[in-house]
Order: sequence, then C-alpha cells, then structure tokens
Amino acid sequence: MKEKKDVLILAIESSCDETAAAVVRNGREALSNVISSQIELHTLYGGVVPEIASRKHIEKINPVIEAALGEADVKLEDVDAIGVTYGPGLVGALLVGVAEAKAIAYASCKPLIGVHHIEGHIAANYIEHRELEPPFLCLVVSGGHTHLVCVRDYGKFEILGRTRDDAAGEAFDKVARAIGLGYPGGPKIDRISAEGDPDAISFPRAHIEGHPYDFSFSGVKSSVLNYINECRMKGISWNQADIAASFQKAVTDVLVENSMRAAEKYGFRQFAIAGGVASNRALRRAMAEACEKRKIRLYYPSPVLCTDNAAMIGAAAYYEYRDGVRHGWDLNAVPNLKLGER
Amino acid sequence: MRILALESSGLVAAAAIVEEEQTIAEYTVNYRKTHSQTLLPMLDEMIRMTGLAPDTIDAIAVSGGPGSFTGLRIGSATAKGLGLAWNKPLIHVPTLDALAYNLYRTSGIVCPVMDARRRQVYTGIYSCEKEFRVVEKQMAVEVDKLAEKLNLLGEQVTFLGDGVPVYREVLERELRVPYFFAPPHLNRQRAAAVGALGIQYYRAGKTETAAGHQPDYLRASQAERERARREQAERGSAKNDKK
Repeated sequence: MKEKKDVLILAIESSCDETAAAVVRNGREALSNVISSQIELHTLYGGVVPEIASRKHIEKINPVIEAALGEADVKLEDVDAIGVTYGPGLVGALLVGVAEAKAIAYASCKPLIGVHHIEGHIAANYIEHRELEPPFLCLVVSGGHTHLVCVRDYGKFEILGRTRDDAAGEAFDKVARAIGLGYPGGPKIDRISAEGDPDAISFPRAHIEGHPYDFSFSGVKSSVLNYINECRMKGISWNQADIAASFQKAVTDVLVENSMRAAEKYGFRQFAIAGGVASNRALRRAMAEACEKRKIRLYYPSPVLCTDNAAMIGAAAYYEYRDGVRHGWDLNAVPNLKLGER
Repeated sequence: MRILALESSGLVAAAAIVEEEQTIAEYTVNYRKTHSQTLLPMLDEMIRMTGLAPDTIDAIAVSGGPGSFTGLRIGSATAKGLGLAWNKPLIHVPTLDALAYNLYRTSGIVCPVMDARRRQVYTGIYSCEKEFRVVEKQMAVEVDKLAEKLNLLGEQVTFLGDGVPVYREVLERELRVPYFFAPPHLNRQRAAAVGALGIQYYRAGKTETAAGHQPDYLRASQAERERARREQAERGSAKNDKK
C-alpha cells in the first residue's frame, strides 16, 4: 500500500499582541513554533494598545515566518497549505496576518485556510497529546475568552457556556492592576498567590440562574476593588498575596465547578483546558483533583502552547484542510467571529 | 523592467503592472469596500487578464504612507507576503510623492492633500514642471499652515487628493496665489503612478527587502502621543518644583 503523504501547514497568528508562525505536520507535530511577543511594549501602557500591536506585527511578521520555515527546515514550496487566524481578535492586528497569509498563499499557489482563534486554542491539545481525539469537553480560558465547548468532532463545536461579561484572563489583568501587580496579570497573580492564603477573604462565586455552564467574573472583580477601597477608607493595610490567592480561588472554583457539572451531565470521559489561563498552576491543580475524583482524563497543553501561538492554528487548519475547507482571496478579518460559524 | 504596484493608503484600492514605457494593467476602485477584501482579488484578476507570469515581475512597489494606518498595513502586508513568496525586493514609494506624480509636467506647484483627520492634512509640496522635484517632503500639518506656505512660495498651485473636498473652502479662503483642482481621472491615488515612480527608485537602487519594509505613518499612535504628552507635562512640573 502506498504511504499517505504528510501534510505540512504553514500557519500564521496575529490576533492580539503575539506575532507567530509555525510549520505543523499532519495537525499533530509542530516542526517549528516561533512567537514574537510584544508584551514588554504594552506593559508601558498597562494593557494591549491595538495600534501599537498592529505596527509591531508588520515589523515582525516576515522575520517570524522565515524563522518558522527555517527552524522546520522546510521550503515554502514543500508546504501544502497556509493557515491563518481570521478572528476573533483585534481587527487591525488580525488584518496583518490575514493580508500576509493571503499574499503568500496566492504567490505560492497554495490553498488558504482561515482558522477561528478559539478552535486553534482547542487544537493546541492535539499537538501536546497525540492520543486525544474528539469527542471531549474543553474549557477555553484566556484574556479574551471564557468558553465551555463540547468538541463533537474535528471542527464541530457546540458552545455549552460562556462568560456573560469579563473573560477570566481579563479579570486577572484588572485585579492585578488594582492591587499593584501590573500587567500581565495572569502570571503575576499565579506567582504571588503561592505566598497567600486562598481562604483569607471570601470573594463571591457567580452562578447564573438557569444557565449552569455560563460564567460571570465582573462581580468578583468589583468585589476585590470594593475590598481594597474599604481597607483604604478604614486606613488598614491589605495583603497583596492574600487578595491574589483568594481572588484566584474564587475564579478557579467556578471554572472547575461549571466544567465538572457539564462533564457529568454530558458524560464526557475526556476533558481539556486551553488558552492563556490554562497555564495557571492553581487552575491546573484544581482541575486535576476534580477530574481524578470523577475518573475523567484531563488534558492541558504546555505553557508555550497555551499562550497565543501559530502551531495551534496549524493543527486546527490541518483538520479544516482535511475536510476540504478553502478560503478565497477576499478573506477578511472578522473581529467578532463566532465559533462554528463560517 | 516590470513592476507590480499596490496602493491602499486611502479610500482607493488599486493595483497596477507598469513597465518603463507603458502601463500594462491598472485596476482602481474608489468606493466603500474593505481593502482587505478587494486588493488581492484585484491583483489576481489583473494577472489573469494579462496572463503574465508572476516571475516576470522584478519588484513590488507599494504606496508606503502616510494614510489610513490600517489601509497602509493591508498594502504593506500584501507586498511583504508577495515579496517573501516570490523572493522579490520591495520599493517603498512615499504616498504623496506618487499622488503628485499624477500631475507630472504640470506648471507651478503641485500640492496633494489627504484628509489626516484631527484638523490636519497629509501633504507635500512638489514642483513637476521640468523634472519631478520635492520642494517640501510629505508631512502632517494644519490646512491653514499649508496655505501659508503656499502663499509664501507665490506660485500657482494645482491641488489633488481626497483632502480637497474636505478642505476646499478653507483653501479658497486662505490662498492668495492662483489655484486649480485636478480633474477626476487624475485626482486620487493611482497604482500606476506608484509603479512609475517605483521604476525610478529601482533604477536608483532604492529597494528594500520584504522583511525590512514597513509603512511610514508620519504619526505616532494615539497612545504613544498621549504618553509623550504626559511625560512632558510631568517633566515640566518637576522643573517647576525645583524652582
């Protein structure tokens, strides 16, 4: 029998403040995964500034793509298709990757595959865990997203729950700023929480009546801000580490609780987490414990695949490619692209 | 020599293939539609219509700014992607130079104006009568300051660009030199002009790599401007404290 040819995808991601490119083999193996982070630049402003992000993307995109091809030791002509994130994200940032990917695909006569950013985050688990196959339940948590997604098959999703207001990572950033940790909030809260008492302060856990899988994080965020204000007014000092740990506990409790409720209700034996907040150590620990109790197999990607990266886009693009998805030269960036809609 | 030219700095999205002695193809759309959706299909159409093999193109010229930040980046990223895949150099043509070049051989001063918002225009001052000469290179400036500059030069001026309909009244009020406005077939950005100037740049060795190219915005981002203002104010108050 003739051996099936490998499929190589060159993938590009520029939806927020990471310029990234990767070469992925058969949707499962990252031959390269180059990420140029702008985080230091945006730290000056306490958050991502869209125009600065877009300018940086233009500056970095070609070197990043060339490095991705170089590290994978692959020539552009050996690539089978070009995958690119076309939403959701910052429109100006997305447009750089989309215009670049389209031009490369056009000039090298390769098919073009637009990929949903969240679909990419979910697919990060395919690279980390070769044995993982749908169906499984996936919690996508990042600075822009909090979605509880039922992955029915490759490229087939059903959203069971989502945040009603702030994304989990967004709440981390806002709280970190309020307690003087600065940007980016996620890793900083994770670090300092190790020194704090997670039960020191009781912050609220939001539950939405009639929507057992939805999330809300603006309440817990406000409650942290109120706590600080009260301390200030009373002239008492507050403990940064205790606030961070207690806040983190309040967020992870809800993430774990809703996820496990959905896993049990739908009978999932496999559960994955993805997105930037999936790097959070407290969340990983809590999820591991909850899954073990229920004999559910837990998957999460290593931190480099949790953050925005292009390998995950290449993995997602591979399954779209296999299903015959092709985009035209008029592909546009869609800042509010919905998962499963194309 | 054959140059592919792209222009997406303003409302116009345009592509052209230009040789030393003639324009082979030109596609211009000056209508509300996202450049992201039009630019590459236009290029594709043009190449299919002419049947030209892409490897006969020597370089990619791109209107490098100023203009709409997003528009510039769409053109820039497209040019960079083509340059990367075809392994061809890029030519960065200043947007207002190319716009002025539409009126090559016009007597007096040629003054392209683009609406830069915030009560400013992107403009430049050019003399095209004998040879194409940059009198004052492209800048972002208040429109009455531009009128002042032109009054001082004391020559007749021909205006063009999307800033004309926006600032026509102000210009008519402020100017004390004879002035004209370019006709509709010449008064907006044209990719063929980017290509024609691109050829001259190419001959002069003024090319860049696809990796090295980036737009010339002429303006810092709003966040950077505000930060600079804040820092300046802080420095100012620190100085006062010392006194």
